[in-house]
Amino acid sequence: MSEHIVTFKTNVAVWLALLALTGVTTGVAFIDLGPLNTVVALVIATCKALLVVLIFMHVKYASDKLVKVVVISALFFLMLLLGLSLADYSTRLL
Amino acid sequence: MEQQRDASSLGMWLFLATEIMFFGGMFCAYLIYRLWYYPEFAAASNSLDIALGTVNTAVLICSSLTVVLAVRAAQLGKRQAQVIYLALTLVLGLAFLGVKGIEWTSKFREHHIPGASFHFEGEVPGHPGQPVDQQHAQIFFSLYFAMTGMHALHMIIGVGIFSYLTFYAWKGRYTPEYHTPLENSGLYWHFVDIIWIYLFPLLYLIDRKK
Repeated sequence: MSEHIVTFKTNVAVWLALLALTGVTTGVAFIDLGPLNTVVALVIATCKALLVVLIFMHVKYASDKLVKVVVISALFFLMLLLGLSLADYSTRLL
Repeated sequence: MEQQRDASSLGMWLFLATEIMFFGGMFCAYLIYRLWYYPEFAAASNSLDIALGTVNTAVLICSSLTVVLAVRAAQLGKRQAQVIYLALTLVLGLAFLGVKGIEWTSKFREHHIPGASFHFEGEVPGHPGQPVDQQHAQIFFSLYFAMTGMHALHMIIGVGIFSYLTFYAWKGRYTPEYHTPLENSGLYWHFVDIIWIYLFPLLYLIDRKK
């Protein structure tokens, strides 16, 4: 019976952070940063995703290490898919 | 009980792992075509409504908050708060789908649906006058409709699941001892939210700089 209950305050803080990051990502898109625009957009999206996964989806508090293993390995295989595909297509001479 | 709860969320995460790879395939296709046809992708991306996209992102984030608060209410055994948060989630989920419907309708009017009557007249950002390859623009919109369409289908399924949950929460089925359906459906809802968190910058914000 030791289920972790996230406090109301933490949930609201994460929500406000997510809304703020949404505003930032839309705002930054209008500023010319060259190729960095895409990098910034993806970094912000990843921060938001991390907040959701760790706090809202309770992965940070998971007592079961297997859940963490599944999450990390799913991301690992996604990175294999995207990384190896892009390593191929972005270096082809067509 | 503890072990059962761990097992059920492990099972849910395994399902979400398959979902990550399912959407991952589409993200991979998107990235490759974006690499090849960047000018058309930037031009087509600028024809999407950035205001509606931002509002919808905020709506989904708010719905994720109501979901965690509903789960929290169940953990604390507060039935009324649970029902209210679940009903709010449904309203926000339907609002998201409504806005998506408005966006798709205007795309339909503008002939941006891939097919025989497809026609795109946007400009490549920074290169006015450069002709836009219709085929390449069509690939962007095919990916746009496939990805937002699959995402919307997940939202519709989510609204169905949460209608069921709202009804049984109202009946008082979910208690601090047993609220596994709420917890696991919450994981699903947050996952769908994360997909949108990536879809929004990738589809709407490719090249907005003036």
